[in-house]
Amino acid sequence: MFSFELLLNAVAAGLLLGGFYAAVSLGISVTFGLLEVANIAHPVFIIAGAYGAYALNTAFALDPILAGLLLTPIFYGLGVVIYRIYYVSFEQRGEESLRGLVFFFGLMFIVEVSLLLVYGVDYRMIETPYIGRSVLIGPLGISLRLFVPCVVGVVLTLVVYLFLAKTFYGRAIMGVSQDSLALRLMGADPVHIKTIAFGLAVATTSLAGALLLVIAPVEPSIGREYIGRVFAITVLGGMGSIGGTLVAALILGVAESLTATFSGPSWSLAVSFGLLLLALAVRPSGLFGR
Amino acid sequence: MQRCVPVVLALSIIGLGLLLTATVENRYFYFATYVILQYVVLATAWNILGGYTGYVNFGTPAFFALGAYMATFLMRAYHAPLPVQLLAGGLISGLLGLGIGYLTLRLKGVFFSIATLALTVVLQTVMINWEFVGGAKGLSIMRPATVLFFSSYVKFLFAVMLCLAVASVTIAWWLEHSWIGRGLAAIRDNEEAAECMAVPTLKLKILATTVSGALMGMAGAPFPLHVTLIEPTSAFNLDYAVNSLAMPMIGGTTTWLGPVVGAILLGTAQQTATVTISSALNLLIVGVVLVAFVILAPEGLVGLVRRLVQRERA
Repeated sequence: MFSFELLLNAVAAGLLLGGFYAAVSLGISVTFGLLEVANIAHPVFIIAGAYGAYALNTAFALDPILAGLLLTPIFYGLGVVIYRIYYVSFEQRGEESLRGLVFFFGLMFIVEVSLLLVYGVDYRMIETPYIGRSVLIGPLGISLRLFVPCVVGVVLTLVVYLFLAKTFYGRAIMGVSQDSLALRLMGADPVHIKTIAFGLAVATTSLAGALLLVIAPVEPSIGREYIGRVFAITVLGGMGSIGGTLVAALILGVAESLTATFSGPSWSLAVSFGLLLLALAVRPSGLFGR
Repeated sequence: MQRCVPVVLALSIIGLGLLLTATVENRYFYFATYVILQYVVLATAWNILGGYTGYVNFGTPAFFALGAYMATFLMRAYHAPLPVQLLAGGLISGLLGLGIGYLTLRLKGVFFSIATLALTVVLQTVMINWEFVGGAKGLSIMRPATVLFFSSYVKFLFAVMLCLAVASVTIAWWLEHSWIGRGLAAIRDNEEAAECMAVPTLKLKILATTVSGALMGMAGAPFPLHVTLIEPTSAFNLDYAVNSLAMPMIGGTTTWLGPVVGAILLGTAQQTATVTISSALNLLIVGVVLVAFVILAPEGLVGLVRRLVQRERA
């Protein structure tokens, strides 16, 4: 069963998958890691993004990644509205932990069932030039449907990293996660900054959803599989560290790919959740935690 | 005297239910009522942990399905009768609850909730790969042809679930009115302060997770016989997580009455909607109602009524 070639290919596929996972988890790293808002509806927005890209692709034959990019302003607006509701209903009353969590859980359910009502339970997929092709480098086969999302995912991670590190609003977002009172004393409104951050986080999901559509066919309920993945990556990466998110995503990608190759794909889902349980039990502050 | 009232009430509800099985024949009635009663058990069990201590459990499907799979295993391996399945299902899910209880030492708030969700997926993966109890394909279950005292098996299952529902509500009522309930409420309000006031927080939390898990497991044990099929997707259905959380939220989480009211209202609405509209649409309604309640009426229906009554008096 075991061969070096198989191992090499599994690791390569895992690394590519990891780049995609980074794009998927970025939003959670911002909302959960920095703002401490447990947006468990995040994965379902990714699925909504995938369906948005699917709709644009079937209607106008747009490239899915371009479609995902075009959808980001709409998703940003969606994020702003959701955060406003969340803020007024829960954060302002100081009831965010329990009821806020239930709010997002309900939201997740609403989006998922709405997609189910519109598109049904069938798997949806698309055709693009880079799906189904692969490049051979010696014994290594790299499939483009994994390679393209990985590149886009890494670029997106880099953009978010630079935004947070270099721009005024990015630094303000980092500031609000450290000390929102100090930010207020500096003359910036924490709620305004948090709204922007939340909008940004939801905006990344439309692009991540488009990448998901490239990698595999989508179906409304697969968002649940990503809940474990995104939270595992965020916790393992150290809550809000963007670089940590990328490293953790690559680790998870390789771990899942190895499991799928050597003990069957039906076990690969347990890897992310197992890793999450392990990280929570052993080192809750993550690999790169403060 | 006051202590006798709930016992008399509980026994008379069971008595009425048994009387019903002797008069009404409609099989669908029992099938639907069974589901509603099952939700009374699940919502009450969820509330013992979620409502009283404030630890939000998304893992209802894990406990429920573990009970169902334990029952399936016992049926296949030893042809065990239903009472044994119930006890074993409660025992194994109670043990899982015990483990989860120790987890609360390290995991608070959101992390605890995500861990319970993770647990569900891990357990589901294990069951998908366990061929003896059907694996991914599932397994059909044969009901015993005859059963003592009842004219059909559906009626018998209905009676079993009715007893379970009454028992779990009684347990919740008793917990709430004993010193344990006050300790749990102290944990919900401020765990550190409670610990400082010498409330045995860990012991109480473990008690809550164990009782909650055991009740969910017992609710799951008759599931294979009820639908005559066991299969991972339906046993680990996320609907159980949403419903067992939405029902107490809608009814009110601070009293034993809340989950019962929520489960009966929402359960009945769902059972009617599944027949008259469609099952996907009725889930959408659950989601919308849940979000609406959590934003607009955080104390649930019981809280709303209580506030109205107080205003009348004033």
